[in-house]
Amino acid sequence: MSEANKSEYLVEVKNLKQYFPVRTGFMKTVPLKAVDDVSFAIRPGETLGLVGESGCGKTTVGRTLLHLYKPTGGEIYFEGKQVTEKNIGEFRKDMQMVFQDPYSSLDPRMTVEDIIGEPLDVHKLYSTKEERHQKVIELMNLVGLNAEHATRYVHEFSGGQRQRIGIARALAVNPKFIVCDEAVSALDVSIQAQVINMFEELQEKLGVAYLFIAHDLLVVHHISDRIAVMYLGRMVEMADADELNENPIHPYTLSLLSAVPVPDPKTAKASQRIILEGDVPSPLNMPSGCAFRTRCRYATEQCAKECPALTDRGNGHMVACWNR
Amino acid sequence: MAVLEQILKNGEQPILKVVDLHTSFTTDNGEVQAVNGLSFNLNPGTTLGIVGESGSGKSVTAYSIMRILESNGHVTQGKILFNGEDISKYSEKQMADFRGNKISIIFQDPMTSLNPVYTVGNQIVEAITLHQQVGREEAKAEAIEMLKQVGINDAERRFRQYPHELSGGMRQRVMIAMALVSKPSILIADEPTTALDVTIQAQILELMQELQKKYHMAIIIVTHDLGVIAQMADEIVVMYGGRICERGTAEDIFYNPCHEYTKGLLKSIPNVDNMKEKLIPIEGSPINLLNLPKGCAFCARCSKAMKICLEQVPPELRMPDGHLASCWINVRDNNYIVDEEAAA
Amino acid sequence: MSEMNAPKKNLLSFQIDPASFEPATDEEKQQAEVMSESTSFLKDGIRKLMRNPLAVGSLIALVLIVLLIIIAPRIVPYGYEEIIRVGGAKDKTITNLAPFAWSEKEQAAIAAGTKLFPHIMGTDSLGRDYFIRVIYGTRVSLIVGLFASILVLIIGVLYGAISGYKGGRVDMIMMRIVDIIYSLPDVLIIILLSVVLNQTLDKGNPVVKLLGTNMVAIFVVFGLLYWVGMARLVRGEVLKIKNNEYFLAAKATGAGSWHIIKTHVIPNCISVIIITTALQIPSAIFTESFLSFMGMGVQAPMPSLGSLANNARAGLQSYPWQLIFPAIMIVLIVLAFNLLGDGLRDAFDPKLRRQ
Repeated sequence: MSEANKSEYLVEVKNLKQYFPVRTGFMKTVPLKAVDDVSFAIRPGETLGLVGESGCGKTTVGRTLLHLYKPTGGEIYFEGKQVTEKNIGEFRKDMQMVFQDPYSSLDPRMTVEDIIGEPLDVHKLYSTKEERHQKVIELMNLVGLNAEHATRYVHEFSGGQRQRIGIARALAVNPKFIVCDEAVSALDVSIQAQVINMFEELQEKLGVAYLFIAHDLLVVHHISDRIAVMYLGRMVEMADADELNENPIHPYTLSLLSAVPVPDPKTAKASQRIILEGDVPSPLNMPSGCAFRTRCRYATEQCAKECPALTDRGNGHMVACWNR
Repeated sequence: MAVLEQILKNGEQPILKVVDLHTSFTTDNGEVQAVNGLSFNLNPGTTLGIVGESGSGKSVTAYSIMRILESNGHVTQGKILFNGEDISKYSEKQMADFRGNKISIIFQDPMTSLNPVYTVGNQIVEAITLHQQVGREEAKAEAIEMLKQVGINDAERRFRQYPHELSGGMRQRVMIAMALVSKPSILIADEPTTALDVTIQAQILELMQELQKKYHMAIIIVTHDLGVIAQMADEIVVMYGGRICERGTAEDIFYNPCHEYTKGLLKSIPNVDNMKEKLIPIEGSPINLLNLPKGCAFCARCSKAMKICLEQVPPELRMPDGHLASCWINVRDNNYIVDEEAAA
Repeated sequence: MSEMNAPKKNLLSFQIDPASFEPATDEEKQQAEVMSESTSFLKDGIRKLMRNPLAVGSLIALVLIVLLIIIAPRIVPYGYEEIIRVGGAKDKTITNLAPFAWSEKEQAAIAAGTKLFPHIMGTDSLGRDYFIRVIYGTRVSLIVGLFASILVLIIGVLYGAISGYKGGRVDMIMMRIVDIIYSLPDVLIIILLSVVLNQTLDKGNPVVKLLGTNMVAIFVVFGLLYWVGMARLVRGEVLKIKNNEYFLAAKATGAGSWHIIKTHVIPNCISVIIITTALQIPSAIFTESFLSFMGMGVQAPMPSLGSLANNARAGLQSYPWQLIFPAIMIVLIVLAFNLLGDGLRDAFDPKLRRQ
């Protein structure tokens, strides 16, 4: 990535930090390092997958990126311009989000038309009621919803249809970048494929870039150009999707890949898994040095002393590990 | 007859036989048929996977067997034979003695299935004394032994801890320990790893396989995750809209699916081979159980649906490789063999 | 019906028309997949409410009571403060009559051919028609309950919504104030207030004159003290709404605070507000009745159900109906509102919804 020109990126995140104060005793708070020193960049029309287990900070990265939380540290650039608390309003139209839970992310008291029309209202993107209606219908058609259902309430729709409504809402303002926070995780297997395909088609049609946050490695691999792996608030590996799958370097990525159950009985029963011992440590009580060392079979003394930085292992394959 | 056939085939009688199970729920919006004519057999020491998406009736099946349905749900028809005895005829009292003793169940969310005000040890001891005539001290020793069995280090300390002090994976281990105290012949696992991370999921699945070998128990695993099913199950039941689509060995279902739903499902999941291609999704939305079609539950979403699919429920037929599928396309293509014993 | 084509060694052959193996059209398939009828949240709730016999019964009872207190004073020819005279003359035997009984003079008048309106609930110790007094008492009680609840509603919702939405330090301070108000003894405050107001309020003010200073004190106390419950509930609800992803989604689209409160927070609080208000009314009526019973309610001769019950205490053994009638009315109103409130909760509370 070193030879790349900076302006080639749509979104750039540098050393992003997000600490939440957690009360541990009377008048005593401890910072919970949800995201610690995370950097990445996304090109226009590209999909960056972000994977990790629950509590690794991947959702926080997405939300902090959109300034839904105020970052504790680090910089965010959109098309070369720095995004701050003050000027975030200008970028709201360009950066949107699709949420995980298609049940709680749509207001149950609003009709589909009002939900999809809300961003249009906020940014005043129409002049007449008729125009608003027309735009909503267009968006509904775009995401494969029956336009006759515009006056219905969300509780009448299935999970997959609700997620389409959520996507239509995000697309209403013509964004260049969408954060998809576990956008397919809550859906049934047969519906997941519909939505994944739709994300891909919309990208081809509209050229939007995605930050695709998910815990399902197979889904992320399918949709992403590049994948970043997080563990306890830090990024441990980032590479092209295929490269990461074929040639994982970080021991955590290795075990993550081998833990994914393969939907094929013969391979699944034959394959030798690397089963990680133990649990993820509490983010309030993180191990010194590399956070993964307590579960890592390659751990050495150095791992306890110092936290490894992401280094390029060729072809933009970034890994943060002392021993591999 | 089918029992006889099983005996001839395996030399062993199925430990659990579910015959034509119907379960429905009375709701504000009418009667919901959650399970509609489900049958399957479970052989001792093997794992049966029930797979389906939300609303397919897979969990309701498990709850029907255990008779722990919500108050508005009831089994309306069918037999549940445990070692040849129909447990659906049991009284509430008999059932209470049976539950957790001969068949145990573990749930998706180990946090809500453990009582937060008692220590983990207390709850396991409770489970032991419920079904066994042992003293408190004896039960405690047994509980600690059980915790060790499910791979919990430092069992004595964990024994005195409360559920909130344990991680999700640890809680699921405790649940398994609790379920196994009476050495049940069947363990039902309802989405046991859905709430867990993949690395923890791998641990729990491995533990279940290990314990299965040790205790020679049968497992029914209910899940939507085809990966988990592929790894765990010897036999698979595929459900859609409360009806059975297909049942057979894992290999038959994965490598020779004979129901359009199963075929669609397998094509729609991303796997290592189709990374560069577009996924082939199943179109449409999940079925509305309040509004079941007259014919096949899957007909509205099936790309190959025929006129008859809308009108008549397909019969369950034996495929040439021996597994059973309920799809009219097999009738059209004459892709079935006549099962003389079953027919008689 | 023809036999299946090319039956191999079929023992059980399917007697099916080959035509039925033709592919189904999309139209036919769509017929199998019907979306259930569209219902809004409100419509669905009302439908559920209408299926609850207790709630419907209560609603009918309340409507009847409201109709009664509107219509009865127009029909009954007696006033609530009017001591009944027959033919313009005082009547000593007209006090404490039993229901539907007549005094001696009235009997004489009826015998003379005059038509008189019956005393449905008899008369009181001063010879006033008891039915009309109970009707007016009900009127006062209902109005007090309604207005006190509206007062509570406005203050409580505003306070709770601001506290919950702002969060952090603002929330902390606002909720501590609520805690302090919670710990004040309400009866004591009402007694103190009515004494203070008695001296300070302008007696010439027609509103004060009609209601009496005690009544004004009751309103002030409701406005000052009883909104805290509502404020807490609304705050809790707002906090819950803030946890929903649609709240974040609205923020992510760039919506401002007022837009979010208006379009997301208030509509989603409304069921809690309705339910709490419906349950607040009987509690206010009860408080008013209790205070009137204690002699701190409305000013005589204006009756309220509580003061009627209090006056009836003296002649309890001789004229028990004078206690029974207002008591039945209180029970009826309070019970009906409570049952209606419960019905509303079952119908509208999303937590109790079952798919």
